[in-house]
Amino acid sequence: MTDNKTSGNRLGVKGWFAGGRWGMERYIYAIHRLTGLGLLLFLTIHIFESSMRIYGAPVWERTMAFLDHPLFAAGEFLIIIGFAFHAINGLRLVFLELGFGVGKAIEPVYPYRTSVQVQRPLAIAVMILSALLIAAGGIDLFFIRP
Amino acid sequence: MKRQDVQERIISVYIHRFDPTSDKKPRAVLYELAVEQGMTVLDGLHRIKETQDPTLAFRFSCRMGVCGSCAMLINGKPMLACNTQILDVTDKALTVAPLPNFRVVRDLVPDLAPLFKKHVQVNPYIVRTDGHEMESPSGEFIQTPEELIKYLQFTYCIKCGACVAACPTAATDENYLGPMALAQAYRYIVDSRDDGFHSRKSVVGADKAVFNCHYAGECSAVCPKGVDPARAIQFMKRELVRDYLLMRRHTAPLKARALNDKSKEKKTPLPVPPYTVDR
Repeated sequence: MTDNKTSGNRLGVKGWFAGGRWGMERYIYAIHRLTGLGLLLFLTIHIFESSMRIYGAPVWERTMAFLDHPLFAAGEFLIIIGFAFHAINGLRLVFLELGFGVGKAIEPVYPYRTSVQVQRPLAIAVMILSALLIAAGGIDLFFIRP
Repeated sequence: MKRQDVQERIISVYIHRFDPTSDKKPRAVLYELAVEQGMTVLDGLHRIKETQDPTLAFRFSCRMGVCGSCAMLINGKPMLACNTQILDVTDKALTVAPLPNFRVVRDLVPDLAPLFKKHVQVNPYIVRTDGHEMESPSGEFIQTPEELIKYLQFTYCIKCGACVAACPTAATDENYLGPMALAQAYRYIVDSRDDGFHSRKSVVGADKAVFNCHYAGECSAVCPKGVDPARAIQFMKRELVRDYLLMRRHTAPLKARALNDKSKEKKTPLPVPPYTVDR
């Protein structure tokens, strides 16, 4: 059957956001992946920026002056958002992946109560804790540090 | 039943059509359908095929949510067409498309062959070293209710593919084993009669398998039978981690008990149910 002429119907990255029941866990999943990629990008830029040290003090000073732009402060805030969410949701995933917080196997009786509902408080806690960390990071970055 | 409940209403049905001989990609075709209370999406498709377009192709068999043939994307959500009443979904416009993340053979017919190939990879049957017991068992494999409940939920899978259609990991990775196959692997691993953990470990613990799941939970949310593949996958990860840390307790698979073996019954008599009336 697979050798016949057929239409590919794979959703691709769009499938991170659509195609199911649109539960909050799907969006947490997508944001976790995007923040992971964002942090990886930051790490690459950070290593490049730090490597400017090897060219001596004048180059380093110029690099620091270049990075002392409000645009990079906004970028730093994005890193705080990404880090806060990715770290806390990562802990949630480790917890779930060790079989905790998903409930026990039960006989499915309609209306079905799945592990998604069982772990929902954890997902909500991730959102609240992330928001608190992001707020704290934002206050530090924009109000305390300057 | 109120009179208004039995009245027909006309709704617009957009069906994604694909003819492999003429189309390069699927196209949405509009049909007008008179819908009455209780009409399922599958009934609606039959009505359209009978009265408007006999070329419409869709897969179905049992019409009662058992065979898993008629899973499709109904208003953006994977559901069984036979189990979904149109008026529960919409009273205006209905969009029916083939299950995503599978190739489309024609119209609403997805190619489920990759799903079944992945299912076969996890050895979806009881694996034991004593082959003769499997071929000609010397007695019954008697399980306790606690042993049964560990895997019962995962036996209800009808292989409809709705979980794979909803899975965001499967959306970007064609080679991902998928929630159906992984849940079925766990269903057998946790069965007290089975001794196949190590033979399945190389498949479910490999790349593109359980550790590619990051708990979007969509597979469990869309499962029409309440199988909860996401739960099975997390439990499977726990088993693999325990095994890696040498913390997994290996228990010998359940032995068959001869039908004339009375020894166990003497040791553990059946509990007497409590009296329900005053004596």
